[in-house]
Amino acid sequence: MGKLDVIQAKGTERLKRGFAKMVKGGVIMDVTNAEQARIAEEAGAVSVMALHRVPADIRKAGGVARMAPIEKIQEIMDAVTIPVMAKVRIGHVAEAKILEALGVDMIDESEVLTPSDPYFHIDKREFTVPFVCGARNLGEAVRRIWEGAAMIRTKGEAGTGNIVEAVRHVRLVAEGIRQIQAMTDDQVYAVAEKFAEPYLRLSLNVKEIAGLPQRVLDNEPIYGHYTYREIVDGLYKILLEIKKLGRLPVVNFAAGGVATPADAALMMQMGMDGVFVGSGIFKSSNPPKMARAIVEAVNHWDEPDVLVEISKEIGEPMRGQDIEELEVRLEERGV
Amino acid sequence: MVKVGVIGLQGDVEEHIWAAKKALENLGVTGDVIWLKKPEGLENISAIIIPGGESTTISRLMVKNGLFEPVKKLGEEGLPIMGTCAGLIMLSKEVIGATPEQRFLELLDVKVNRNAYGRQVDSFEAPIKLAFSDEPFPGVFIRAPRIVELLSERVKPIAWLGDRIVGVEGDNIIGLEFHPELTDDTRVHEYFLGKAL
Repeated sequence: MGKLDVIQAKGTERLKRGFAKMVKGGVIMDVTNAEQARIAEEAGAVSVMALHRVPADIRKAGGVARMAPIEKIQEIMDAVTIPVMAKVRIGHVAEAKILEALGVDMIDESEVLTPSDPYFHIDKREFTVPFVCGARNLGEAVRRIWEGAAMIRTKGEAGTGNIVEAVRHVRLVAEGIRQIQAMTDDQVYAVAEKFAEPYLRLSLNVKEIAGLPQRVLDNEPIYGHYTYREIVDGLYKILLEIKKLGRLPVVNFAAGGVATPADAALMMQMGMDGVFVGSGIFKSSNPPKMARAIVEAVNHWDEPDVLVEISKEIGEPMRGQDIEELEVRLEERGV
Repeated sequence: MVKVGVIGLQGDVEEHIWAAKKALENLGVTGDVIWLKKPEGLENISAIIIPGGESTTISRLMVKNGLFEPVKKLGEEGLPIMGTCAGLIMLSKEVIGATPEQRFLELLDVKVNRNAYGRQVDSFEAPIKLAFSDEPFPGVFIRAPRIVELLSERVKPIAWLGDRIVGVEGDNIIGLEFHPELTDDTRVHEYFLGKAL
């Protein structure tokens, strides 16, 4: 129907955050091939995360975990009609550019993969494609939002089937927001200064090696072209928005350890907008049933009678792991 | 006193509730806007909105929650229903690119192509023209479905992007490719809720 002669804007903040709003109340499932992707879509997943290995297998395999092979992601994009997400290593701008060019719908800059940059996350404002990032606390969440993340998820502890770390991260963010709301604007500014500290590490490292005073200059760019003061002001603006809204200004999902319908319902009860399920589906004994049950649990989180029915005959959930026994804590990557 | 229900199974439900409340306020009408999850919520309903989200998920959960048949019946009886993006897909008579298990309410005589605009990197904002207002409207298109054919005389265009139709009205049913609920502009919601007064 007719040609298009109007000016279009792409990659705006509204479009990026808007995309995330469209997955609210939904379940995003990790898949490693076309068949799993179809199972997820049929079960009612709002999106799939295309991976080479699910986090539980990444843990087992060890070594360096990188962006999934392109053919793998393409295979999954071709198999389903729902949006497809894929992960890049923290700070790996080139992997992100490749996935953007490939056409994935959202990029997860993820601690589940081996970090590529010891200092910084990607400046996500430079991209058309939206990003989701993990956060353990309010500081991490606010930094990622300032860098342009359109969606936040808890880090939890991926691949463990243990919900305790996700609960910890939900609580830390929620309590952080509550405390911000009780503060004066001056106190909030002081928090913004504290939250900006990780951006100073590279500059201070270099000064330390050179035997220079541990002081960053006012006009010194410390992250991309941004000075410390510009970063503080940016974080402060986001904190004021959070203070006003009483929540993060972007969609906020649970991730890292969701293994049962009850886990998913718990996350919704704690105010999450939806859940990511990684190893929890395809490491369970009956993936199609578990997938459907978790989708329904997110929908009926506040109806215990319905949750009883949903939780019946879904087979064995994935085997879980105690956090204390882990050799690697993925959540500690990328502050 | 009107009662507006936003189908609240998945998607940007809160945004529609906010927009509908603001629209009622602007129209000077007292009314409730509810999060509609179960058939019981349909009692004394004056208008229904189907939000944006994933149409495969919304379809599945509407059937599962027992909302599919009653909403279809209400639509056939003349209740005003508006769908945006995934909501448009749910309302359409024919859908290109649907999954085999997907079901549609078939209340709007249009054919839509589900992922016709492409992937998220192709999502865009552009001013659009409305049939009921002189000022342009901020059009937000996110992995939008495209209206490719009007299947009966009853369906009239109400929104255009350039000369392409991006919003239609068939008697009591409105279907939009774009997301008015992601803007602060409530003109479309006001126009729709006008049908319920």
